[in-house]
Amino acid sequence: MSLDKATVARIAHLARIKVPEGELDHLAGELNTILHFVEQLNEVDTQGVPPMTSVVAMGLRRREDAVTDGGQVEAVVANAPNHVAGFFAVPKVVE
Amino acid sequence: MGYIIKGETGDWELVIGLEVHAQVISKAKLFSGAATEFGAEPNTQVSFIDAGFPGMLPVINSVAVEQAVKTGLGLNAQINLTSVFDRKNYFYADLPQGYQISQYQQPIVGAGTIEIDLPDGSTKSIGITRLHLEQDAGKSLHDQHPSLSYIDLNRAGVALMEIVSEPDIRSPEEAAAYIRKLRTILRYIGSCDGNMDEGSMRCDVNLSVRRPGAPYGTRCEIKNVNSIRFVMQAIEYEAQRQVEILEAGGTIDQETRLWDTGKGITRSMRSKEEAHDYRYFPDPDLLPLVLDAAWVEGLKAGLPELPDAKKRRFMEQYKLPAYDAGVLVAEKARGDFYEAVVAGRRDPKLSANWMITELLGALNKTGKDVEDSPISADALGGLLDLMADNTINGRIAKDVFAEMLATGKPAAQIVDEKGLRQVTDTGAIERTIDEVMAANADKVAEYRSGKDKLFGFFVGQVIKASGGKANPAAVNELLRAKLQG
Amino acid sequence: MTNLTHLTLAAARDGLRAKAFTAVELTEAHIRAVEANRALNAFITETPDRALDMARQSDARLAKGEGGPMEGLPLAIKDLFCTKGVLTTAASHILDGFHPQYESSVTANLWRDGAVMLGKVNLDEFAMGSANITSYYGPVKSPWRRADGKDLVPGGSSGGSAAAVAARMALAATGTDTGGSIRQPASFVGIVGLKPTYGRCSRWGTVAFASSLDQAGPMTRTVRDAAIMLRSMAGFDPKDSTSVDTPVPDYEAALTGDIRGLKVGIPREYRVDGMPAEIERVWQQGIDWLRQAGAEIVDISLPHTKYALPTYYIVAPAECSSNLARYDGVRFGLRVEGKSLNEMYENTRAEGFGAEVRRRILIGTYVLSAGYYDAYYKKAQQIRSLIARDFAEAHKQVDIILTPTAPSTAFAVGENDDDPVKMYLNDVFTVPASLAGLPGISVPAGLGEDGLPLGLQLIGRPFDEETMIRVAGVMEAAAGFTALPHLLRGEV
Repeated sequence: MSLDKATVARIAHLARIKVPEGELDHLAGELNTILHFVEQLNEVDTQGVPPMTSVVAMGLRRREDAVTDGGQVEAVVANAPNHVAGFFAVPKVVE
Repeated sequence: MGYIIKGETGDWELVIGLEVHAQVISKAKLFSGAATEFGAEPNTQVSFIDAGFPGMLPVINSVAVEQAVKTGLGLNAQINLTSVFDRKNYFYADLPQGYQISQYQQPIVGAGTIEIDLPDGSTKSIGITRLHLEQDAGKSLHDQHPSLSYIDLNRAGVALMEIVSEPDIRSPEEAAAYIRKLRTILRYIGSCDGNMDEGSMRCDVNLSVRRPGAPYGTRCEIKNVNSIRFVMQAIEYEAQRQVEILEAGGTIDQETRLWDTGKGITRSMRSKEEAHDYRYFPDPDLLPLVLDAAWVEGLKAGLPELPDAKKRRFMEQYKLPAYDAGVLVAEKARGDFYEAVVAGRRDPKLSANWMITELLGALNKTGKDVEDSPISADALGGLLDLMADNTINGRIAKDVFAEMLATGKPAAQIVDEKGLRQVTDTGAIERTIDEVMAANADKVAEYRSGKDKLFGFFVGQVIKASGGKANPAAVNELLRAKLQG
Repeated sequence: MTNLTHLTLAAARDGLRAKAFTAVELTEAHIRAVEANRALNAFITETPDRALDMARQSDARLAKGEGGPMEGLPLAIKDLFCTKGVLTTAASHILDGFHPQYESSVTANLWRDGAVMLGKVNLDEFAMGSANITSYYGPVKSPWRRADGKDLVPGGSSGGSAAAVAARMALAATGTDTGGSIRQPASFVGIVGLKPTYGRCSRWGTVAFASSLDQAGPMTRTVRDAAIMLRSMAGFDPKDSTSVDTPVPDYEAALTGDIRGLKVGIPREYRVDGMPAEIERVWQQGIDWLRQAGAEIVDISLPHTKYALPTYYIVAPAECSSNLARYDGVRFGLRVEGKSLNEMYENTRAEGFGAEVRRRILIGTYVLSAGYYDAYYKKAQQIRSLIARDFAEAHKQVDIILTPTAPSTAFAVGENDDDPVKMYLNDVFTVPASLAGLPGISVPAGLGEDGLPLGLQLIGRPFDEETMIRVAGVMEAAAGFTALPHLLRGEV
């Protein structure tokens, strides 16, 4: 499976990472090297093998329904690059 | 004949599926211990987990799991003893982790059914495809600032049940009936309060049109319909829109549209060119959710009697007509209220009439229901008792009822305070009759010469003279006797 | 007075208890060592004031005859653990200025037991790398030298941790291991690196790279030190759904020195083509040591070994592409403005992430994307099941598995970095145990022809770190590794 420039651009957008036009080819090359490396997995017959869900062989632990968190707006916004009156502020989204 | 749109080239049928997002009633969020109360100050109910800080991890809330299972049982659905949580990956400001924890291929609840009640009294089965648990997103405010949007994560991480129906719905009325019934069931179970105004229950509509009997057409999803009325309007508009396109020889683009409340139309969302690739994969911070079959059985046994079963029982046990039974079971609180009244050995039919016509009639005028009734079941029962033992008649009872609503006082107290006891003392009634006959001698003569219709006049006069308190049956009997001479 | 920074953690612990010196003295000695070795670029954030404060509190406790198992012992903390109020960067530009408002469970455990924090040490950005050359804060240099005088890498991703411990700037350091990031650097700088069973240590508050693989672990100069430190780090955490609720034994007590009758598996598939002769030699030496100590050597097969690395390079990037989506400039860290929300995201993440992180996010996004999920991610997870099955089968026959840790000694900065895949091959021996969630430890075994350290790896049964530590102790004794990094020669 080989990635072309357009595919790299599409994936970069899905991942919200800007890749300048001029870098797309080189990046495609690097990604293709990695993809080529993992291609050898096709040699393995995995018919009927269950995909691993977790190395931990137990069911999901459930916690009690109690309010044990929150009430800390200052701490929540303390690291925000832009916050106003307790809200996080971001460039306006037009829907 | 179902709901049909008559186009120029022929008939069109609607094919509708509804996706309801119901906020789970629980103290804390699905994967964090922050509170779920509506209306708090921004970001005051936010755990670092909800805010997606580095290194934060989810731990599932047992009550949220219970509520989903109970809801599934209430929908006659398959409970999947093993289910998996997946990440749904996309970017948006109200999605701090950059993914929503949801369930994709192995949801907690599988196929089920709901019986919906149509206006003509018939019922129809609507299939449920699945129910799964997922995180709610935060809220964005886009109108507080010219160039900034404000993000509040209080809602981020609240547990949602996504309930997906089969595309079995065929009209706006059926859609409304489905939402009402689903809401009732959720409220009976106590897993969601169904409050569409506050957004604790939200609905997305999937709609396509087709020639009757033809395969499914291309569907569109309509979002942002936040009331039953808007659901119906959006369906009507969108169906018409699609029919017009098809009649003109065009094709429907599969897309997501927004219901524009102001303009009464659906319109394409701007981001339609962005095909979402959610890249679902099992969340590696969580393990498969494994439920014990005996535990599920225990939940099933502990469910309250659900609306359909209760309605059938009311019809059978209390001999109520379907309509009345339907009104009384529409809210669990109503059914409980009714049975509390009847438990005091009151006549079931009378109790039903008074509850529906008088009590609910009065409460619903101000948007209230029995939970906010100033008259308790006991109090209403007290009023019915006074009628049953002839202390007051039906007419007086209505006055007493109005007074009870206004003051919250018990019926007996009002009757005593206002001296409203029904007059059954034949002597007193005879005296009143004599007075009336004396004051209307000419009419007496007319009656005795054959004008039978005047009887009603005399009855009215006697009742009026008694201040409405005379026992009508006694008046009738005594008056007839005296008029005949 | 003995040079306090050359004590083992155990000796320092005993010395403090015996009142041979104070915690403040011990910490001051290490603070000086940190300052003297800044050229290695091992530390991103030094916290000397906090360290002294903690040391004073330790002295107070020790004076009362109280004190936890790690009381007064100065540690370096990999800058992947969130430390409350202290800059935490994951060696990335995108976490500029991030001061967590919470403490990771693992470091909280260490402070609970009395340890002292010298500072946050360098790593490959977001723990992605095998040489500590991808850090926004610059590469870490190994305290070891090669004859040609080139700067050497300490290994990665826990390169700062490894350098700090090897250069005696800290008695020990915390590391994290996803595909070998504790074990491989330990091998490169001649120290002990222990990756516990997945689920043994909590991941809460540790910046996530690949959730199903990440594990915290100790990096120390001796096996005993690792045992002591693991006991404090480990433990069930209800805030981590993948944390296993099983008691933490006294790992130090496992060092009985007796491995008679134990079965040691030697997997034939780890003998890879083109493997340098000296790797084979040190492996054989390890086999001999264990046999002489009374263990039985058993030839075993782990048939899917060669698929471990490609499997890892699908699973880990897939998980990281999702784990790193939260770095978006909204709530913490770097924000590069944009005309729209999407532009802000794209600018922030392009500038904030380095090239290796960006590559892995893109690979991960791709292998999860529509149409490719089954061919890549699902396939990889199936092969992961097979790899785990291989080990489970092997563990029916043997108690412990012995392999080399790394396919070479440390290389120079600038070597191997032209091709991402070449760098990945550094993890060929460590990745399989990560995929299976098994505990692994690297013990320094000897020096290569270039005079640089070579490590041997032991892989244990799930939650049987005790046996692994026991065998490691025996191997350590047999190896008698005492070589000091060149930087320190002439110091002692």
